[in-house]
Amino acid sequence: MSIERSEIEKLATLSRIAINEETISEVSQRLGSVLELVDQLQAVNTDGVEAMSHPMQATQRLREDEVTELNRREALQAIAPETEDGLFLVPKVIE
Amino acid sequence: MHNLTIAELVRGLQSKEFTSVELTQHFLDRIASLDPAYNAVITVTAEQALQAAAAADQRLAAGNAPDLCGVPILHKDIFCTEGVRTSCGSKMLDNFVPPYNATVVENFEQAGAVVLGKTNMDEFAMGSSNETSFYGPVKNPWATDSVPGGSSGGSAAAIAARLAPGATATDTGGSIRQPAALCGVSGIKPTYGRVSRWGMIAFASSLDQGGPMARTAEDCALLLNCMASYDDRDSTCIDREVPDYTANLNYSVKGLRIGVPKEYFSEGLHPGTEKAVRAALATLQEQGAELVEISLPNSALSVPAYYVIAPAEASANLSRFDGARYGYRCEDPKDLQDMYCRSRAEGFGEEVQRRILIGTYCLSAGYYDAYYGKAQQVRQLIQQDFVSAFENVDLIMGPTCPSPAFKFGAKGDDPVAMYLEDIYTIATNLAGLPGMSIPCGMVEDKPVGLQIIGNYFDEARILNAAHQFQQLSDWHTRAPEGIA
Repeated sequence: MSIERSEIEKLATLSRIAINEETISEVSQRLGSVLELVDQLQAVNTDGVEAMSHPMQATQRLREDEVTELNRREALQAIAPETEDGLFLVPKVIE
Repeated sequence: MHNLTIAELVRGLQSKEFTSVELTQHFLDRIASLDPAYNAVITVTAEQALQAAAAADQRLAAGNAPDLCGVPILHKDIFCTEGVRTSCGSKMLDNFVPPYNATVVENFEQAGAVVLGKTNMDEFAMGSSNETSFYGPVKNPWATDSVPGGSSGGSAAAIAARLAPGATATDTGGSIRQPAALCGVSGIKPTYGRVSRWGMIAFASSLDQGGPMARTAEDCALLLNCMASYDDRDSTCIDREVPDYTANLNYSVKGLRIGVPKEYFSEGLHPGTEKAVRAALATLQEQGAELVEISLPNSALSVPAYYVIAPAEASANLSRFDGARYGYRCEDPKDLQDMYCRSRAEGFGEEVQRRILIGTYCLSAGYYDAYYGKAQQVRQLIQQDFVSAFENVDLIMGPTCPSPAFKFGAKGDDPVAMYLEDIYTIATNLAGLPGMSIPCGMVEDKPVGLQIIGNYFDEARILNAAHQFQQLSDWHTRAPEGIA
C-alpha cells in the first residue's frame, strides 16, 4: 500500500515538516507499510464498544481559579532563539 | 562498590562504611573510562554530583537521612533537569536547558540521591533499539554489535555495565521492560497515573509512564518508593497513597495464581526465550505458585491500535516544537512557515517525522473515526481481556520480548519489523496496567527477560514475585564480560 504524492504533501503541510522531493516516494512507501499494519483494526467488530481515553476512567480534576504559576519570563526567555523587550521574535508575518 | 545493590549501598552509606563522595567519584570514574564503549550517557554532571554527594554525606552524618540519601543514579534524558541540558535524544532539544525540574527529579533530589548524569535514548522515546538517538546508538554491554533495546536503552546499558546502580526510565509501549530484558536488568513500569509525568517530555500522554530500573527487584522497590507520588501538576496522576514497596518482598509465592497467556507463546517467539521463560515459571511453581493457562484474545490487535494512538498523540504533543520559544531553529528562515517547516524537518529525525505524519493522517478530517476512534474502542477490548483474566489470577507472566538483542541494522528499513519487537509489552500500556521485566536466562550469550504483569496498583505484588524469583536464581547478578 502506498499513499498518493498529493496526500503526502498535504500531510507535510499539516505537520509543518518540509519534505524533500527526492524522499517523497520512500516516505510514501514506509507510511504505507505502517498504515497497512493499522488497517487490521478495520476488521474488528467494535459495535457498541465505548472508546477508552483513560485506563481508570478518570475525569479531569477541577481546581480553584487561583493563580498558581509564577512569573518566570526571564528564565523562560533566556533559552529562546531570539527575544526582544520580553517578546519572542519570529520572522516577519505581515508584509 | 559498583557490584553492590542499592539496598547494600544504602546500608553501607548509613553505617558509614563509605561516603557518598567516594561512591560518586567511583561511578564517575567508571563512566569516564567505560562509557566511550557503550555511549549510554549523553551528559555527565560530575561537578553537581560531587556537590550533591558532599551534601548527602552531611545529612548522613546528622542521622535520619532518607534511604536513597547519597545513592548515585542516572536520569533518562527525557526528565527535565534545571540547569542541565535535557535533549530527549533529539537535535531539536540539543540546546535545551530546562528552567525547572521534573517532579520525579525533585523527588530524588529531596531524598538526597546523587545524579551522575543523563542517559541516552531513542529520539523522543520513539524506538526499540536506541538507533534513533541523535547522539548515536547505545551499545549493549553483553554484545556491543547488538542493540540495548529502547527507548530507555541508555539507562538499561548503564546499569548492566555497572555505571550506576539505578536509573529512571519511561515506558510508552515497552520502553522500560524491553531494554531491561535485552540488557539483563530489572525494570518496572508502574500503573498509569502512579508516577508524575510533570516535566517528563511527552510522547503519547495517555500511555507514557515513568518507572525505575536497577539490577534487582528490591532495588526497583526502593527507587519506586521515591519516584511514585501524587502530583496535582499532572492532571492524570492518581491521588492514592504510595505504599512501601519493600514491605511485601519477603512474602512467599505459595498459592499465587499466575496466568500464562497462550497468545504470548505463539509463532515468532524464539525457542530459547520460550525455554528460559518456561523454566522461570517452573521455578515459581516449585515454590507453590499455581500456573493457570489464560487467553488474552485481542493481543494481536495491540500493535495496530498502538500505532494509531501513540503517533496521533505524538503528533499533537510534538507540535509545540516550532522553533519559536526554545529548541532548534533553522538558519535564515524566510518567513514564519519556512521557520516551522525547516526547523522541524532539520530538528526531528526520520522516525519521529514518520510518526508525526502517521499521527496527523489518523487525526485528519475524514479519518479520525476510522483510525483514532476505532483504536480507542479496540483499546477497550484489550483492557477487557485483562480485566477478565484478573478475575481468576493474581499476576500474568510471559516473555518480555520475542527474542534476545538483535544486531544493529537488523530491522533495517521496515518500521513494522521494529514495531513488532514490542508485541508483548504494548497491551499493558494500552490497558494502563503495571508491568515488569526481570532477567530469567541467557540465549546465545544474551539475556532473556521474564515479564510480570499485575492488576492496577498491584506493583507490590509484582515486586514480591520478582524478588522471590531472584532469591532462587542468579541471572540478575551476572555481569557482561569485562564488567565485573
